[in-house]
Amino acid sequence: MTASTLDTMTQATTPTASPEQRTAAFYELEPHHHPEGASTMLGFWIYLMSDCLIFAMLFAAYGVLGGNFAAGPGPHDLFELPLVAVNTAMLLFSSITYGFAMLAMAKDNKGGTIGWLLVTAVFGACFLGIELYEFSNLIHEGATPMRSGFLTAFFSLVGTHGLHVTFGLIWLFTLVIQISKKGLIQSNKRRLMCLSLFWHFLDVIWIGVFTFVYLMGML
Amino acid sequence: MAIEAVDHSHWSPLLGRLWWDAIPPDPIVWVTFAAVMMGGLALVAGLTYFKVWGYLWKEWFTSVDHKKIGIMYMILGIVMFVRGFADAIMMRLQQAIAFNGSEGYLPAHHFDQVFTAHGVIMIFFAAMPFVTGFMNYVVPLQIGARDVSFPFLNNFSFWMTTSGAVLIMASLFIGEFGQTGWLAYPPLSGIAYSPYVGVDYWIWSLQIAGVGTLLSGVNLICTIVKMRAPGMNMMKMPIFTWTALCTNILIVAAFPVLTAVLCMLSLDRYLGFDFFTNDFGGSAMMYVNLIWIWGHPEVYILILPCFGIYSEITSTFCGKRLFGYTSMVYATMVITILSYIVWLHHFFTMGSGASVNSFFGITTMVISIPTGAKLFNWLFTMYRARIRFELPMMWTVAFMVTFTIGGMTGVLLAVPPADFVLHNSLFLIAHFHNVIIGGVVFAVFAGINFWWPKAFGFKLHRGFGLVSFWCWVVGFYFAFMPLYVLGLMGVTRRTRVFHDPSLQIWFVIAAIGAAIIAVGIAAFIAQIAFSIWKRKELACGGDPWDARSLEWSTTSPPPHYNFAFTPVVHDIDAWTDMKRCEVEAPKSGFLPIHMPKNTGAGIILGGIATVFGFAMIWHIWWLSAITFLGMIGYAIFHTFNYDRDYHIPADEVAATEAAAHGQPLPAGA
Repeated sequence: MTASTLDTMTQATTPTASPEQRTAAFYELEPHHHPEGASTMLGFWIYLMSDCLIFAMLFAAYGVLGGNFAAGPGPHDLFELPLVAVNTAMLLFSSITYGFAMLAMAKDNKGGTIGWLLVTAVFGACFLGIELYEFSNLIHEGATPMRSGFLTAFFSLVGTHGLHVTFGLIWLFTLVIQISKKGLIQSNKRRLMCLSLFWHFLDVIWIGVFTFVYLMGML
Repeated sequence: MAIEAVDHSHWSPLLGRLWWDAIPPDPIVWVTFAAVMMGGLALVAGLTYFKVWGYLWKEWFTSVDHKKIGIMYMILGIVMFVRGFADAIMMRLQQAIAFNGSEGYLPAHHFDQVFTAHGVIMIFFAAMPFVTGFMNYVVPLQIGARDVSFPFLNNFSFWMTTSGAVLIMASLFIGEFGQTGWLAYPPLSGIAYSPYVGVDYWIWSLQIAGVGTLLSGVNLICTIVKMRAPGMNMMKMPIFTWTALCTNILIVAAFPVLTAVLCMLSLDRYLGFDFFTNDFGGSAMMYVNLIWIWGHPEVYILILPCFGIYSEITSTFCGKRLFGYTSMVYATMVITILSYIVWLHHFFTMGSGASVNSFFGITTMVISIPTGAKLFNWLFTMYRARIRFELPMMWTVAFMVTFTIGGMTGVLLAVPPADFVLHNSLFLIAHFHNVIIGGVVFAVFAGINFWWPKAFGFKLHRGFGLVSFWCWVVGFYFAFMPLYVLGLMGVTRRTRVFHDPSLQIWFVIAAIGAAIIAVGIAAFIAQIAFSIWKRKELACGGDPWDARSLEWSTTSPPPHYNFAFTPVVHDIDAWTDMKRCEVEAPKSGFLPIHMPKNTGAGIILGGIATVFGFAMIWHIWWLSAITFLGMIGYAIFHTFNYDRDYHIPADEVAATEAAAHGQPLPAGA
């Protein structure tokens, strides 16, 4: 708003101004336009922060229960760092390839976007596969979530992250179908950006899991 | 009683735990069930006879209009409030007669369910819908917006809340409700001590309703941050909108904690995990900490918007700008932050040690400072004002007195050594009813009386309102002051039978108080019914109270699109400013208005969620799996619908405006 319009506005908000001036000062006669879905990114970001709190609770539970082995196995008996390192690499790669999908989207390259999304899905599926392999190994060794407070907290934290990745994959495939049907229209772009936030968010959570659960557990 | 010994271990693949033994062995419940069934059938028959199902579906259930959703929240709140009050009066009666060897009329198994259901229903399904209803209805109007940021999500949130309410109502007739107290502390709520469905009903009704609450929190934050009218910067927002913003921040930052802790308890109960068990390295104390990290912010989630309601009413009926607007805003924000660092005062006796208890005792006392600042702001607004004692203002004055008493007993409880004496006693019960009834319930009545004319175009009847007001206020003091006395004498909460006959008189007085409140509730319902009947005589214009914020600048009831032209704000009391300048609303030049389309997706998802919760409660695994996949599948299906909005044509807007202002259609509109 320039200084002169502000001046007219101030004058118009006094009873001495003409009725038309006053109406114009108090009502927007020419409507402003909200771009479609203007609040979506903010809303999704707030949702993610609330999701982050769920993970915070699970981390807190791990912090409280993580040392309660109940005479059962501890991190040193269970964790295989090389496997987890490979797993972490899968998830990090998937984040990079999601970034490439977003770059393709910015260039309105529909095929590239879908292609990179599918590559991301492959990495994500590998991550989940390795995680399930790890879980089944643990369970076969008798280290079930019911065995101790430590294992309860471990399986819940890691499993919740895995469930998020699973839902992310379902969402990703839904978007692939929607993009191939409707193209890179505005609402699909917005959805891609939301999933992007979600995907990178899961990456950040995983860094926390890897550090606090696996690395510090093996110290 | 023999009821505890009933074996509920029956399970079949088809019906899970659902079997004949799910019928509660209690004649009181059968009679209630018969009454509810007959009432329900009469309602369904009436709706069918008058052919209003289609209208309800099209205009209400599938509506994404924030005003209609707000009203539906209020109706849900009133219905559940009556249910919760029925629980309350049952407890009062039981405790008034269970003396001198009498067992009263409620068996232990039933009494324990009653006090659990009372707390859960009043907080989650009465107070929360009321608060959310007010915020939904009022906030977009106050900020000059046409709807919330995510209108469909709003509808979905409402139906998830309703879904939780349906489950908790079902527990009355099918199976049982928890017997654990409203926060279901383990190990009592663990599978070993609560093996049947009671705690599962508690878990799933709260879990499903919690999704709705969280999403509506996200929605309203975005609405307030992104959709304010031009000129309304943060420090020009009406106080109610400010308190709504802070409350929704609290919701988003607190409800995930509840979600997580409910998940953990579910894992313990369903899969034998060891979060809160006594053995295998679980920690029941962790549960108590986690649930109160949600639970304490929750009480501020309830009270902050109520402070906002009182602020709007005080300045309106004193005909003055609110005293200390800026300090009010900062007080609200300080309370928002402080509410996160006081949770441990709910269990000083847990044994955290003197230094931890001191910290939480002091933070708790510190909260009374911003709260006190608010009270002084209201008092100074009233000072030397020409106060109009309309019903909303009367409720506000009653609040100021009552809430202050409750606040002071709260500061008393915040002193850890005193808390060791008073913990878990009726003194505590008296304290939190003192602040929740005096703070939240009075605000609900104040707010309903204040905004009803806006929502429906006619005022509520004053005579019935006065009866309701006086019965409530007098009844409240009769019902709860005796509990302070009993608490100081060491009587514990949740007690069913007493052995000391000298206590009885206090319980009798409390029961009389509850009966007086019952008259107040009846008068409130009569007030609504009578006012609807006499709506022609009580009809009013857009601004019946000479109020100050933007919701009063449009017609009563507001048109679907709220404002034909978006207002421009220059002052905190935007509407007062417009009246001062004698601004006339534009009468021509209407433009098409962009609005969201109604959708049935919210109620359908909510319905599937109800069945899912029921199936989980009763261990009907096949149905759980189908409904879970159904919810995901339907949600995905809904995302394939890209056609979600439409334009109200300009001539329709012009016609609506002309009709609302009683003017002929402008030529060429």
